Amino acid sequence: MLPDAFRASGSSSFVDFLASHAPDQLPGTPIPDGSLSGVAHGTTIVAATFAGGVVMAGDRRATMGNVIAQRDIQKVFPTDEYSCVGIAGTAGIAVEMTRLFQVELEHYEKIEGAVLSTDGKANRLAALLRGNLGMAMQGLAVLPLFAAYDLDLGAGRIVAFDVTGNRNEERTFHSVGSGSTFARGALKKLYREGMSETDAVTAVLQGLYDAADDDTATGGPDLARRIFPMVGVITAAGYRQYSDDETAAIADQVIAGRMTSPDGPSAPLA
Amino acid sequence: MTTPFYVSPEQLMKDRADFARKGIGRGRSVVVVQYADGICFVAENQSRALHKISEIYDRVAFAAVGRYNEFENLRIAGVRLADLRGYSYDRRDVTGRGLANAYAQTLGAIFSSGAEKPYEVEIFVAEVAALPPDDQVYRLTYDGSVADEHGYAVMGGATEQVIAHLKEHYSEGLSLTGAVRLAVDALGHDSEAPRTIVADHVEAAVLDRTRAQLRKFRRLAEREVTAALADG
Repeated sequence: MLPDAFRASGSSSFVDFLASHAPDQLPGTPIPDGSLSGVAHGTTIVAATFAGGVVMAGDRRATMGNVIAQRDIQKVFPTDEYSCVGIAGTAGIAVEMTRLFQVELEHYEKIEGAVLSTDGKANRLAALLRGNLGMAMQGLAVLPLFAAYDLDLGAGRIVAFDVTGNRNEERTFHSVGSGSTFARGALKKLYREGMSETDAVTAVLQGLYDAADDDTATGGPDLARRIFPMVGVITAAGYRQYSDDETAAIADQVIAGRMTSPDGPSAPLA
Repeated sequence: MTTPFYVSPEQLMKDRADFARKGIGRGRSVVVVQYADGICFVAENQSRALHKISEIYDRVAFAAVGRYNEFENLRIAGVRLADLRGYSYDRRDVTGRGLANAYAQTLGAIFSSGAEKPYEVEIFVAEVAALPPDDQVYRLTYDGSVADEHGYAVMGGATEQVIAHLKEHYSEGLSLTGAVRLAVDALGHDSEAPRTIVADHVEAAVLDRTRAQLRKFRRLAEREVTAALADG
């Protein structure tokens, strides 16, 4: 027989249900003091809005100190039909948190028969982050970047967070992770209002190239293995992940340009 | 001291079963039909908001007749069970059979416990597979018994007439429009004089194996039902 908790009326939140019925399965259970080594970290995520949607891309490197832990890690995840999350920080916790966030959105949708608003989704993610604060203080921080297509507004939106769950909405572009400073600098010069989707994807790939150029933890395009950043685009038609071939075509153009000007396209001075 | 009346267990169970059956028989029926690309659920339902058919998980759906608050309670429990299992293990580990078992045990325990009145509900749990022969449809009744259905099934009130109509007209490998039309026709044959059910009063949904997404459940919009009914 199903335990009573399953039939109790009340919350439409899966996280609340887990907290009451199986709290051990929530990420962020307290860990003992001590130092951890050999933990994989994800690095740089960038996102930019364009006319009719939003694009998010992440490099594919996970680092473990000075070692490359993985060359083809996935750091951009669709969380429902109109939203996605890119993760930087402690990979293990970030991936688990994203999985929980995906279930949370789907659970609400199934129980209520309605999709959460974009702000509602962002608030849920903020709450999950706040739940991880204890671990963050012990050095296992997660920094997600949230992007969504808002069906009510008819536009793409980007929301960044800090480890305490503070929300910070960006209208144009944003980047998180170790190489974010460089990616943001690049996007600052490359971003245009009302870009096309292809231009926006090119701009974020340029940003990631610059991040990899100056940050050791961010992976650049791996030409020998043909590993390129992961790109996801959300428009009114929903989330779509670029295939390897599609990304490679744009990445190859970016790389070809860098062969003659290694610092990338230059912006006009005035 | 008064001696309590002796009621034989047979009589007790029969009374409880009669009670549940009466409650279920009052409502309109729900039909499930297997078609070429999946499983189609059709219910006569005048409400746009209170659904009889719902998504449980990627490949699993639920339909119910009877008391709304009771089957809604079971539906939410099913969603919680499926999401918990999918989260703790993997999405592929959520199966219709597991869910049907959990429901059967719950309904059975409630039916035979003296403390609660039996649930006045009947439930379909269906799971769509990659190939039609592997599709599964389970029908669960108020006392927790489970039946494995093939091709088509009906639950609710006046099921004999509806079943008879389906038996006569069902064939394997139906198209979606064919399945919807057949199901709506069958629902209309629940009395001596067949009724015509308008698209506005039809709630229909499918588990469509051809859907690219992981989640195979999809509600049919009213215009799709209208188009399917106009086709024939």
